[in-house]
Amino acid sequence: MNMYSNDQVALQAGDVAVADTKHSVKMRGDKVSVFYGEKQALFDVDLDIRENQVTALIGPSGCGKSTYLRCLNRMNDTIDICRVTGKITLENEDIYDKSVDVVELRARVGMVFQKPNPFPKSIFENIAYGPRIHGIARNKTDLEEIVVSSLQKAGLYEEVKDRLDAPGTGLSGGQQQRLCIARAIAVSPDVILMDEPCSALDPIATAKIEELIDELRENYTIAIVTHSMQQAARVSQRTAFFHLGVLVEEGSTDQIFTSPKEKRTQDYITGRFG
Amino acid sequence: MTDVTAASPAAARPKGGSLYERGERTRRRHAAERRFRALGLAAVTFGILALFGLLGSILYNGTSSFWQTYVTLDIYLDPAKLDKSGNRDPEELQKLTTFSYAPLISAAMAAKMEETGIEIEGLNAKAAGEIISKEAPATLRNAVLADPSMIGKTVTFELLANGRIDGYYKDRVTMASAELDRNVSPQQLMLADALKEAGALSTRFNLAFFTAPDASDTRPEAAGLGVAILGSAYMMLIVLALSLPIGVAASIYLEEFAPQNWLTDIIEVNISNLAAVPSIVFGILGLAVFINYVGLPQSAPIVGGLVLTLMTLPTIIIATRAALKAVPPSIREAALGVGASKMQTIFHHVLPLAAPGILTGTIIGLAQALGETAPLLLIGMVAFVREFPDAPPGGLFDPAAALPVQVYNWTQRGDPAFVERASGAIIVLLVFLIVMNGIAILLRRRFERRW
Amino acid sequence: MTPGILALIVLTLTIVGYIAGRQRALARSSASGERLHSLPNYYGQSVALFIAVPAYFLLGAWLFLQPVLIESQVSAQIPNSAIPEGSVRSLVMSDVRRIADGLDIMVNKGSLAEADLAGMNTETTNIRDMLANAGVALGSDVSAPVFEAAKTYRAIGKTGSLARNILVLVAAIGFGIRAWSRIHPAMRARNLSETFIRALLMGSSLVAILTTFGIVGSLLFETLNFFGMYPASEFFFSTVWDPQFRGGSDLGIIPLLWGTFYVSLVALILAVPIGLMIAVYLSEYAGRSLRGFAKPAIEILAGIPTIVYGLFALITVGPFLRDWIAQPLGLGSSSSSVMTAGLVMGIMLIPFVSSLSDDIINAVPQSMRDGSYGLGATQSETIRRVIMPAALPGIVGAVLLAASRAIGETMIVVMGAGAAARLDLNPFEAMTTVTVKIVSQLTGDTEFASPETLVAFALGLTLFAFTLGLNVLALYIVRKYREQYE
Repeated sequence: MNMYSNDQVALQAGDVAVADTKHSVKMRGDKVSVFYGEKQALFDVDLDIRENQVTALIGPSGCGKSTYLRCLNRMNDTIDICRVTGKITLENEDIYDKSVDVVELRARVGMVFQKPNPFPKSIFENIAYGPRIHGIARNKTDLEEIVVSSLQKAGLYEEVKDRLDAPGTGLSGGQQQRLCIARAIAVSPDVILMDEPCSALDPIATAKIEELIDELRENYTIAIVTHSMQQAARVSQRTAFFHLGVLVEEGSTDQIFTSPKEKRTQDYITGRFG
Repeated sequence: MTDVTAASPAAARPKGGSLYERGERTRRRHAAERRFRALGLAAVTFGILALFGLLGSILYNGTSSFWQTYVTLDIYLDPAKLDKSGNRDPEELQKLTTFSYAPLISAAMAAKMEETGIEIEGLNAKAAGEIISKEAPATLRNAVLADPSMIGKTVTFELLANGRIDGYYKDRVTMASAELDRNVSPQQLMLADALKEAGALSTRFNLAFFTAPDASDTRPEAAGLGVAILGSAYMMLIVLALSLPIGVAASIYLEEFAPQNWLTDIIEVNISNLAAVPSIVFGILGLAVFINYVGLPQSAPIVGGLVLTLMTLPTIIIATRAALKAVPPSIREAALGVGASKMQTIFHHVLPLAAPGILTGTIIGLAQALGETAPLLLIGMVAFVREFPDAPPGGLFDPAAALPVQVYNWTQRGDPAFVERASGAIIVLLVFLIVMNGIAILLRRRFERRW
Repeated sequence: MTPGILALIVLTLTIVGYIAGRQRALARSSASGERLHSLPNYYGQSVALFIAVPAYFLLGAWLFLQPVLIESQVSAQIPNSAIPEGSVRSLVMSDVRRIADGLDIMVNKGSLAEADLAGMNTETTNIRDMLANAGVALGSDVSAPVFEAAKTYRAIGKTGSLARNILVLVAAIGFGIRAWSRIHPAMRARNLSETFIRALLMGSSLVAILTTFGIVGSLLFETLNFFGMYPASEFFFSTVWDPQFRGGSDLGIIPLLWGTFYVSLVALILAVPIGLMIAVYLSEYAGRSLRGFAKPAIEILAGIPTIVYGLFALITVGPFLRDWIAQPLGLGSSSSSVMTAGLVMGIMLIPFVSSLSDDIINAVPQSMRDGSYGLGATQSETIRRVIMPAALPGIVGAVLLAASRAIGETMIVVMGAGAAARLDLNPFEAMTTVTVKIVSQLTGDTEFASPETLVAFALGLTLFAFTLGLNVLALYIVRKYREQYE
């Protein structure tokens, strides 16, 4: 156990309190199963995402953590053969209900992807894209303000304020990812989903993003998939461990990393597999 | 003031509004989505309709060319007219033109009318004889020249009906249109109907369309594709014999041996540009170089074949290089590893594995060459050719036609019956293309490998 | 001996050489007991290659160069005084060639003895009538220098052919024997023949360059000839195209360029949006079954020869447009028109545009789509605002390629656009294009010396320059575009 004491120390700096009462459930998964054609990828997962907290989804690759994340804003809809059963709610409304419009859902549950994927447009246009399609800005001044405030919240404004017309693809990897986060923020979502947002970045850029995630927690609910346990420990308040399509264990990050209830969780976080 | 505007963007979309209710804006966005989708579907529909329209128009106009109206007549080959000396000397018979045979047909027609009791008011004997094609005397003459012993006997002939009579049974000519037509009268049509009733006139499969040579402007009923099919076949032989070896050799060099230098770059740029040069420019090349400079004959399959070879080469090279590239390096390494030379590796291992891809590309290239028209116009393939070319290799230098050029040729003629012929020829051409592409697809399916 | 028979003889020698080489290698190996370095076949192959390659190369080069050399020699023989007023040397030379050909025909037929020919001159014999009897028609009487030049032409040609035959055979046998005599077991026959084959492979790849040279050379050469007879400024800037049979033609390219441009424009206006929408729909929306049916159907459209489209324009689209649109609206009464050709060409280009756009749209990475969907964009918003702008350079390239095809297309315009050179805005009028005029000026009996014929080469060069420029630009743009996402 002592070899993980560093992590523990890091955890102490984070939010140790078990926030079950303070933080209400933002999104709730109830017996969520996912099938790709014949193959089942997720088995009856019950997992809640709590408001103003960072929930980390960890597990070995192919364990279903990304699949679950993509269910939360119905990104799986874009895959023809994918089928979801069970129930996922956002503020007690079933997001898979027939009357729910996936376009409006995604405006409230934004997503940041593994590889930074800025559009081949200017920095300004990248961020203005979301507000434009959703009609959030009433006029040009509005739009400019949204762009600036999104960039500020994403901690990118100072670096790019002189070149908002430059193409977004010209930024460095870490800047691109922060641009993508700013782009997600610009539509003022309730929840931001992050699918291994730092896996394509160097350590310095990663640190910046992690810092940013911690700041964003104040205003947004965040779910992050990561394959780095250290990262999960550093940025999250709650952690869910997936293995072979099953949610093995979920709890406060502190508890998962210090005293996991399940043997498999223990084995994974001590590096026996994965 | 700033505070208000700063707060407004977030307020624009009511936070926490129910997901179950759609806003006005969302409805508009979905309507736009549906419109866009409908636009796409309309485009696809247009494309498919265009295909059906194109093929439908050709089939509608062309299928009737595979049937032809014939008149059966018993013709007395009068020795007094055909062989005055009575010695059946082939030399003398040869000198007799088709003009001497025409009256025999008129007479036979009159006899037929008498025998079957057909009487049509206002139709004289000459006009009655004219419902037979102008090609018929030549048919008769050829039969007599082939067998002079026929003279003096009464022989049953199946003769082509005139193009207008044929058109009458294909709904191209009506009684009303015949009133206005200088080439046919309603009486002639009535005669044709009467003959049909008597069993002397029938419409049957038109084999001659595939075997007969072209015919002059006034005899669309006799025009066939024989010379054109043969000419196209000769050209395809030349294209295959030249472009396959040269194309494969060039591809092997470029793919396996060529060093990275300016010369290789120039060759590669050249090939991709040649693939996009308009076909008519190749025709100019053929005219200027092969005919004018080298002195090869006009209208000859050899020139057409050479021009089409140059046009097909880029296609074959591109396909062959793709096929060579698809052979995994592990195969090359395995062969090199047991001590084969690079040349042996390529010829013993890589080339056989790439063969299906090369063949597919070659067939597709040939199919393109078969349908190519513009360059052939410039090298004189539009000429009116009635003589079949000899067997190769000598025949490669004889004048010939080509299938697509024959189509063009027929569209330039006055008689509307040639439109039917042209469409029929297109159907023949398309059948050849379908067969070739079918073989290519089969080859690809049969030998497709996944490494 | 004709070149064909010569080639056959060389082929026979090659086979003999192969067998002989193989035998010699085996015989020498078994006599000395030495092991052969290579397989026996390679020894045969090396001899065969040494026989065939130099001989065929020599033959080919000779066939190509002989006409040039003879031409220049004979041409120099004709005095300036023998060139009639208003004519040029190349015109006289074409007469010389015709006379020489005519004499050849007569000698071959046996109607003229070689000995008689030597003593024949223009004073005693009417050459023109004599040749007319042999089936060779000449435009004017034959002057003495021209007739002498024709005789020289024949003489040099005959000597040249004899020299060619001898040299080719000597080369084949000489190289063959040399290669054969050098065979010994330790010789690296495989390496030798492989080097040879490699050179042959490289030679084949040069055919592409030769073709380009042939195209550019023949176009340039005849175009320069044309500009020698007709002022270039008139050609490029005159707005009248009116070729006359007896000289005094107006050969301005502008009406032809206008027709070409107009027809291509109509075609692109139809083909680009529809082709693009088909590509978008089939790759982003269509279900498996529709795609399975529509994709091959569109591809079939691409494989249909242009003559079929031409016929479609001539018998279906043209009359339809005339009877239902042009005549009721009083816009014209011709079934061949810019609209007819343009619409049909547009249909031809649809599959071309859609398959190119399909590749380009599929090259836009999936992450772009995910990014847009993740923000709550609808599919059409994603396509219009993210995929299209991202694919724009590639699509521009595709449109340029389609434009190059449109201006180079021949059969559809020959059969659908008409033959009247006209500068007009009414799309229901018949107009004509560069390619139509190339065909009409070069088909039929072509006399290679009048500006009316040679103008076709100037038109061809213009066409070639335009399409080449468009292609190079398009390929460059598309390549840059692909690199962006690799």
